[in-house]
Amino acid sequence: MTTKIYIPRDSGALALGAEKVATAMAREIGLRGIDVQIVRNGSRGLYWLEPMVEVETEFGRVAYGPVKPSDVPSLFDSKFLSGGAHPLFRGNPGEIPFLKRQTRLTFARCGIIDPGSLEDYETYGGLTGLRNALSMAPEQIVAQVTESGLRGRGGAGFPTGIKWKTVLEAQADRKYIVCNADEGDSGTFADRMIMEGDPFVLIEGMVIAGIAVGATKGYIYLRSEYPDAERVLNEAIAVARKAGILGKSVLGTGPAFELEVRMGAGAYVCGEETALLDSLEGKRGMVRAKPPLPAHEGLFGKPTVVNNVISLASVPIILDKGATFYRDFGMGRSRGTIPIQIAGNVKYGGLFETAFGLTLGEIVDDIAGGTATGRPVRAVQVGGPLGAYFPRALFDTPFEYEAFLARDGLIGHAGIVVFDDTVDMLKQARFAMEFCAVESCGKCTPCRIGSTRGVEVLDRLAKGVQADQQIEIVKDLCNTMKFGSLCALGGFTPYPVMSALTHFPEDFRRQPVREAAE
Amino acid sequence: MQPARTEILSAVMPIVDQWRHEEGPLLPILNGILREFGYVPREVVPAIAEALNLSRAEVYGVVSFYHDYRENPPGRHVLKLCRAEACQSMGGDAIAERLQNLLGLKFGETAADGSVTLEPVYCLGLCACSPAAMLDGEVIGRLDDEKAREIAREVRA
Repeated sequence: MTTKIYIPRDSGALALGAEKVATAMAREIGLRGIDVQIVRNGSRGLYWLEPMVEVETEFGRVAYGPVKPSDVPSLFDSKFLSGGAHPLFRGNPGEIPFLKRQTRLTFARCGIIDPGSLEDYETYGGLTGLRNALSMAPEQIVAQVTESGLRGRGGAGFPTGIKWKTVLEAQADRKYIVCNADEGDSGTFADRMIMEGDPFVLIEGMVIAGIAVGATKGYIYLRSEYPDAERVLNEAIAVARKAGILGKSVLGTGPAFELEVRMGAGAYVCGEETALLDSLEGKRGMVRAKPPLPAHEGLFGKPTVVNNVISLASVPIILDKGATFYRDFGMGRSRGTIPIQIAGNVKYGGLFETAFGLTLGEIVDDIAGGTATGRPVRAVQVGGPLGAYFPRALFDTPFEYEAFLARDGLIGHAGIVVFDDTVDMLKQARFAMEFCAVESCGKCTPCRIGSTRGVEVLDRLAKGVQADQQIEIVKDLCNTMKFGSLCALGGFTPYPVMSALTHFPEDFRRQPVREAAE
Repeated sequence: MQPARTEILSAVMPIVDQWRHEEGPLLPILNGILREFGYVPREVVPAIAEALNLSRAEVYGVVSFYHDYRENPPGRHVLKLCRAEACQSMGGDAIAERLQNLLGLKFGETAADGSVTLEPVYCLGLCACSPAAMLDGEVIGRLDDEKAREIAREVRA
């Protein structure tokens, strides 16, 4: 029997040398003349172990990592093909505590299957949700999604079912499903991982969405920084088209649905749904005023569902196992699971999918194992560049939408970036303003001008010039941006700035820089 | 060396024709041109405008909006270094400083010998293996001094 070796082609693994490992493995297999098949899977999301190579043995899968090309001959010598002992031996990957503690619903297959194999996808439960959906009325599908409690995973947390219902009820000759894959927030990579590791789940989710609301065309708007995801998605779409999942009639019995990947061109603001729609239409990515909602007048003025990758990829499991199954995970009004992305200065970085409700402290100290540098954790930015910086004092905050909001923060796309005690919070606040200034679409004044003024004021603070006055100006500026901006870019930039100022005030009181005497 | 105007237009027209009848064709066209030339030559603007029945100002407005659409040819290699928060938390600023020194370039510049262009990028989705970079489309994680020197050697070769 052919032995299977799994070597990830996830770009995180590639960035750590997975391609060279695969080449070395293929070479060694050739030299030894043995019957081994290399499968290029996605990543399980344990990035400190990447490239993590897995072998299918008679006792199930066994992992080795992090593997360097120079480790390859010794792995074969240690009989790793039958799970032999080696310093890189990690045992059954499912038993690694970081993975064992997770509840993987959306990411159930990610890192396990060959992302290009529809057969693998079906073997591991894929397409069951779609088949169920095909036997239901559109209203029933929408009701399932509503009852599951699924909220937009892109950051806004808007109930997905309500959005779908609005589009279903809208009358039009044409409707669209748009997947927001413009994952621009630093500290987030869940969209990338699922697109590279299990693209069919996103395709299935979008097809279900199309059937539910009566849309026949879907677009995945993908950021240009993700060329590997583009390749995997396009391969998967071609396979899905051939298998009749996409085309004139979904699986031969459903309505028509077509799907296309469209690439962005490096504009953070295009992650905002209305700017994204303008960009898809071939315009500058300018934010639109709402109303009209995209659900009424979206892409090309037609009713459009705009959902994040993870929201759509969570739909198949809901239609497969039912709304109640999904809703039973989580806490409060945050139902189901959330793929937390643990990033930055951490010992164990990666993807941790779990029910809502863990505290920030458990995630940072316990699961992430503290900092990679071994220094104390000082600040954690939750929710990307527009998310607040949390100090240790707020580590008891449970990871869910409302709890973070109550503490002037947001969970956003659920990325957390950990900083050790060398971080300069004034510098981080300045970066937030600078980023907003560079990426602002320019439509509204608070965002366009406010961010530039913000950089200037924080620069004066850094020089210790009239600290009290500058701090007052920063607060006033943040207030104007928060309440006067059209979208979340200008509206949420105050979160990192104000949280840095509130929780780390000592960093904002600098000694005045004395001018050099001439 | 920049290609001649006629050369540019003859290469661009098939890309325009491939997309002109699709929905929202402008970004796919510009992305195609970017892939072909590594930048968006100013000369293509009137041709695209005419094909899509847009004004030149509209097309130029789109070209100038997106960071990817360089207006000048890049070096033989393009190095994009992530400057966002997750990479900052792992010493990204120091690596940025080091690479600028090694290459003798500031962000946004192309080496005089045309070997490399250095650009900032805001997140490559490699935040659990920071600091990260992308060299000619290939991703690199956990950048350190050794990897920075290796990159500098490679792009100069």
